[in-house]
Amino acid sequence: MGEFKVHRVRFFNYVPSGIRCVAYNNQSNRLAVSRTDGTVEIYNLSANYFQEKFFPGHESRATEALCWAKGQRLFSGGLNGEIIEYDLQALNIKYAMDAFGGPIWSMAVSPCGSQLLVGCEDGSVKLFQITPDKIQFERNFDRQKSRILSLSWHPSGTHIAAGSIDYISVFDVKSGSAVHKMLVDRQYMGVSKRKCIIWGVAFLSDGTVISVDSAGKVQFWDSATGTLVKNHLIANADVQSIAVSDQEDSFVVGTAEGTVFHFQLVSVTSNSSEKQWVRTKPFQHHTHDVRAVAHSPTALISGGTDTHLVIRPLMEKVEVKNYDAALRKITFPHRRLISCSKKRHLLLFQFAHHLELWRLGSTVATGKNGDTLPLSKDADHLLHLKTKGPENIICSCISPCGSWIAYSTTSRFFLYRLNYEHDNISLQRVSKMPAFLRSALQILFSEDSTKLFVASNQGSLHIIRLLEGSFKHLHTFQPQSGTVESMCLLAVSPDGNWLAASGTSAGVHVYNIKHLKLHCTVPAYNFPVTALAIAPNTNNLVIAHSDQQVFEYSIPEKQYTEWSRTIQKQGFHYLWLQRDTPITHISFHPKRPMHILLHDAYMFCIIDKSLPLPNDKTLLYNPLPPTNESDVIRRRTAHAFKISKIYKPLLFMDLLDERTLVAVERPLDDIIAQLPPPIKKKKFGT
Amino acid sequence: MVEEERVRVVRCGGSELNFRRAVFSADSKYIFCVSGDFVKVHSTATEECVHILQGHRNLVTGIQLNPNNHLQLYSCSFDGTVKLWDYVDGILIKTFVVGLKLHALFTLPSAEDSVFVIINKEKPDVFQLVSVKLPKSSSQEIEAKELSFVLDYINQSPKCIAFGNEGEYVAAVRDFYLSVYFFKKKTTSRFTLSSSRNKKHAKNNFTCVACHPKEDCIATGHKDGKIRLWRNFDDDKKYTYTCLHWHHDMVMDLAFSVTGTSLLSGGRESVLVEWRDATEKNKEFLPRLGATIEHISVSPAGDLFCTSHSDNKIIVIHRNLEASAVIQGLVKDSNIFTGLMVDPRTKALVLNGKPGHLQFYSLQHDKQLYNLDIIQQEYINDYGLIQIELTKAAFGCYGNWLATVEQRQEKETELELQMKLWMYNKKTQGFVLNTKVNMPHEDHITAVCFCNAEKFENPTLVTSSKDGHFKVWILTDDSDIYKKAVGWTCDFVGSYHKYQATNCCFSEDGSLLAVSFEEIVTIWDSETWELKCTFCQRAGKIRHLCFGRLTCSKYLLGATENGILCCWNLLSCALEWSAKLNVRVMEPDPNSENIAAISRSSVGSDLFVFKPSEPRPLYIQKNISREEVQWGVFVPRDVPESFTSDAYQWLNRSQFYFLTKSQSLLTFSTKSPEEKLTPTSKQLLAEESLPTTPFYFILGKHREQQDEKINEAFESELVQLPLTENIPAISELLHTPAHVLPSASFLCSKFVSSLLLSKETKSGEEIPEDVDMEEGKESDDSDEENDFTEKIQDTNNTDLGEDLLHQLSKSEEKELRKFRKVDYSWITVL
Repeated sequence: MGEFKVHRVRFFNYVPSGIRCVAYNNQSNRLAVSRTDGTVEIYNLSANYFQEKFFPGHESRATEALCWAKGQRLFSGGLNGEIIEYDLQALNIKYAMDAFGGPIWSMAVSPCGSQLLVGCEDGSVKLFQITPDKIQFERNFDRQKSRILSLSWHPSGTHIAAGSIDYISVFDVKSGSAVHKMLVDRQYMGVSKRKCIIWGVAFLSDGTVISVDSAGKVQFWDSATGTLVKNHLIANADVQSIAVSDQEDSFVVGTAEGTVFHFQLVSVTSNSSEKQWVRTKPFQHHTHDVRAVAHSPTALISGGTDTHLVIRPLMEKVEVKNYDAALRKITFPHRRLISCSKKRHLLLFQFAHHLELWRLGSTVATGKNGDTLPLSKDADHLLHLKTKGPENIICSCISPCGSWIAYSTTSRFFLYRLNYEHDNISLQRVSKMPAFLRSALQILFSEDSTKLFVASNQGSLHIIRLLEGSFKHLHTFQPQSGTVESMCLLAVSPDGNWLAASGTSAGVHVYNIKHLKLHCTVPAYNFPVTALAIAPNTNNLVIAHSDQQVFEYSIPEKQYTEWSRTIQKQGFHYLWLQRDTPITHISFHPKRPMHILLHDAYMFCIIDKSLPLPNDKTLLYNPLPPTNESDVIRRRTAHAFKISKIYKPLLFMDLLDERTLVAVERPLDDIIAQLPPPIKKKKFGT
Repeated sequence: MVEEERVRVVRCGGSELNFRRAVFSADSKYIFCVSGDFVKVHSTATEECVHILQGHRNLVTGIQLNPNNHLQLYSCSFDGTVKLWDYVDGILIKTFVVGLKLHALFTLPSAEDSVFVIINKEKPDVFQLVSVKLPKSSSQEIEAKELSFVLDYINQSPKCIAFGNEGEYVAAVRDFYLSVYFFKKKTTSRFTLSSSRNKKHAKNNFTCVACHPKEDCIATGHKDGKIRLWRNFDDDKKYTYTCLHWHHDMVMDLAFSVTGTSLLSGGRESVLVEWRDATEKNKEFLPRLGATIEHISVSPAGDLFCTSHSDNKIIVIHRNLEASAVIQGLVKDSNIFTGLMVDPRTKALVLNGKPGHLQFYSLQHDKQLYNLDIIQQEYINDYGLIQIELTKAAFGCYGNWLATVEQRQEKETELELQMKLWMYNKKTQGFVLNTKVNMPHEDHITAVCFCNAEKFENPTLVTSSKDGHFKVWILTDDSDIYKKAVGWTCDFVGSYHKYQATNCCFSEDGSLLAVSFEEIVTIWDSETWELKCTFCQRAGKIRHLCFGRLTCSKYLLGATENGILCCWNLLSCALEWSAKLNVRVMEPDPNSENIAAISRSSVGSDLFVFKPSEPRPLYIQKNISREEVQWGVFVPRDVPESFTSDAYQWLNRSQFYFLTKSQSLLTFSTKSPEEKLTPTSKQLLAEESLPTTPFYFILGKHREQQDEKINEAFESELVQLPLTENIPAISELLHTPAHVLPSASFLCSKFVSSLLLSKETKSGEEIPEDVDMEEGKESDDSDEENDFTEKIQDTNNTDLGEDLLHQLSKSEEKELRKFRKVDYSWITVL
């Protein structure tokens, strides 16, 4: 593996924002997640739970409701009172429309998928018709006294249930009038609370309405008579979310104590048809409020204030007990938030509303393997760059020479020139950006920092030549006719001749920069690309996919390399394929052309192409062989994958020079320490 | 008893009542529990033992009601038989001989002619559940050899087997898995929990199982205190379970209520938890039950629960979680430090009971009379806590005084000692703390003894200690201006060359005190506390010391640790004889000269009975117990036996009881003493036959009032009172349906007159005069009246018998008249 001096960086003070809503789409097996800062992320559950798309957040756009409509259209409603539809191809907002009812608290799409129901602050329930390219207001339902916090359609589409404060209303969709008003008990363990908030309702096809409320109750109501049928007191705090499976044989609720309870419909005795709802297993995967839950056919999905997205498979629904049946906990975004200037040892950290530039510390000391070296110069916070406006930063990059910084929000693109004079830095904004450079999905500088590559959300790629203090637009690669897919990942060859770009689903396109034309397209693969890189000298393109496959494609020869064919023939080690997190970064050693360096959130790996590949019988995660072992043993146990799990969770790792690595870690405890304190629970024996 | 049988060692009372779940009769009137080789039938209302079903020749291991006739009871035993009883009359109906050791018994209403038992056929640790077909036959003893195998490799405890849904399936747990066998499908499903091997510190072991009576739901208890409710278990894949967690330690037993709406659980916390609707948030508690809950059972009628506890007690609990009755046997789960004693008043056996308590156990009735809380501190049940131990106790002055010593030693140097002296209070019929002495000695107290001689007007107590002193404590006047009181103070401190005092003992007449100092015995004059003489045999430390009695009172006996028994003559001050005997227990008989010694040999314990005057033993019985005998005591007989044979004469006036290391209480008898236990009187049964109607309550209250008013002295009078059920007017009232009864006003006069005593039955013409006289007095203060009756009582005691009868009837008449005046109002309320 070789010995490296490692900069172990822990000052990236990144805190993901809490999850507010999750919405599961059964047809595409995709999950939409919205966070408290307004970000919406799309996870592809079929592609190893990869976060394929994301829509950047906006300060005023706190999402309160999220739902999928027919044709895989995604709608959200928020506290600014707007209904937003997202364009999943171009990765931008299609339109925003004011519902004129004050903040929107809840949304529900009709079972047929053509009508959208919105519950507002002023107590109105509004029905919208979903037209092919817009939504159209149809009518208001009977106005209620207080805000509508939850909505649910009866599967037949004739009735809806709306949860408000202290009561649940059942509406007839045809007439728009309230049929029943079911008052919820305010009492909480004998103490009368001020108000009982209905956080969630679910309407079942047999007419049962299930409600969850702030008094910790899960209640079953008969909507025909408007009476309470059964009451489960499950928590001492609020029950905040509910999701029912499509078969209506199980549902899941999330509480403010961080517990997720599973309820199942089981038959009372084996030979009778009578069935009853029974609380079965509690899951405690969260420390904070579980604000949102979803129920996929095979898994329970939950997310909350503690920023984790937890996917807990249901064992009884899983056909084969393979690795897909394991619990997943997704905390960090599956994209790069950090870029690095190798020359000046600078790190650029991207936050939601600002950028931070740090200079790495240095040391003169030397030591043995495993030693912690004392710093002669501490890491230095050079720059804190705040964005203007309420929009979140989509992407950012620092040039390898360290003198350019570029970032983009949804509506603006920024380029800065950095000047270093001894210890002082001066920042100069490059003004007058061209009109076409409005928003970028990915920014990349060439190795010699003379060119800037920008992937815009219209699917085009811009190449810009950077001069001292000014720039010049060189070329724009337009997307192939018929596709509007945006490119999310870029890679440039160190010699500056080749540019590789990949979208969310189609193959990787390789452009020749010298001749400014499309060179070739790597054949499309079933799973999305998670990382791209072009090796120096050989110009081999290394592609990592979300199913943990790694391909090596020779650009000059326009075909997969021999090594890539060999590994595809033999297959990867089963433990390699069972890793949780996608590979987010690939780099190369300048002096060792046979090495590929890559990492995910929990490991760092050097693939040595010269060594034999491991088979399923060999130990994949071998500890570093002790140096005193004889060469024979070392050679026998050595295989191509050298894996180190010292640094985790690992957000970024790159080679600064031949003997120096930089690793950026973000310990989970540090994130939890920055979250609001969880609900105090008495622990027995303390 | 002309020609006696051989005297043999028999187990005597005090058997475990908590060995198996107790069973209720169908009407909840009786509760059945196993007790050694017997089954006991107790009344749930009065706690009394109504019947003892005897017939098994080994430990009874299971009892169940006959599902087809709930006036019958099945029982099984290690002796390989299943017996069917009529418990109302206590008659054995049938015996089914299976021939294998039966560990537990289950019955099912659906399986009419068979029962289920747990056996182990091959390996010692592998148990099977089999069903036994009970053949129909008219004969008393029937062979039942038709076994059909149900489940293999199960736990031997019946708590780990449960039948559900009217016998459609049976659930069994062991270690880390739950197996469910479906009788219809004839398939077994098995659900395994991750064991501690897979998971660190997971104590997932199953401990018990219960099945919901109405739904397909199995509740299992676990070692870590969790309760799991399994559902959908007919599907190997879709099965699911819920957890309920309150217990912090192992769940000992689980039971569903009859309707299945609530689940009961219990464990070492001694708290009965009721989970309503099987939800975690909805639970009720019955705390402070005293000891670990071992078993829980529910009456078929649903109105009562009962819990069996590790301190050999059964508590009957009402549906609303109120304890209503306690059936307490001999408490066994503590170390016996005090040894066996006999309370001179009640003739009860006294020994350590619950932690910090002294229990008074009636050998006659095999039940605990009462518990005396000595330490009077909350007992905290936790591992590793060093508790206060009650180490010594002694009765003095015919049971008027009780001395107790408690100690707690956390470290070598930190000894906490306390001596308490308790006086018997005649009014409350119990012991009341009189004097508390903190640190009576510097070191452990080795012996406590009272001087029981009659001539001593002043009670005297001697304590000997390892600190080298013995102290004499006497009762002195402790009165002050507020009250009259007595208290104990130290009168004399004696020592001998700084040796540790190991034993002390008064001679029968109280004139001499013998104190042993390691190897030396010193004799002190109890009048002047002068050292009279010393005996030293140099044969090891003295372990036991006692004076001879009656004709042998000139002898002093000492047993040493080196296995020498010495007998000194106090007149000649010389060693009379000595014998090589490794004495473990030496007890003098208070009613004769005999002394019993139990020695320990390699194979077992041997009993020697001898008189101090002659070194030849009267009676030897080898190998009375395989275990070490720890304590023994002579209990005087109420009625002397008349053994004619020389060898058994020592048993005539007293009975010898001894306690082995495993806490079984044994005695010598020609027949088992439990056979002699008197079932409670017929009156109890008569009372129970009275239906519980509002009338019953009124009449019951009525009677209580009478009881209160009538002085204690008239105990025999109850018999003379007309029993309500014998009066035709009342039975007419009670047994005629309400809708055919005439109006209350019509019945009233007849009813009231029926309650009056007819004058003809009473004797004497003087009655009218007496009545006149007393009517005049009735206006007086009631206190005075009490005084008057007490005076009568006093005179009664001295007067002749016939006078007594006369007086009785007179005062009784008076009471009844008074009652007639007072108590009519309740009728109008009706």
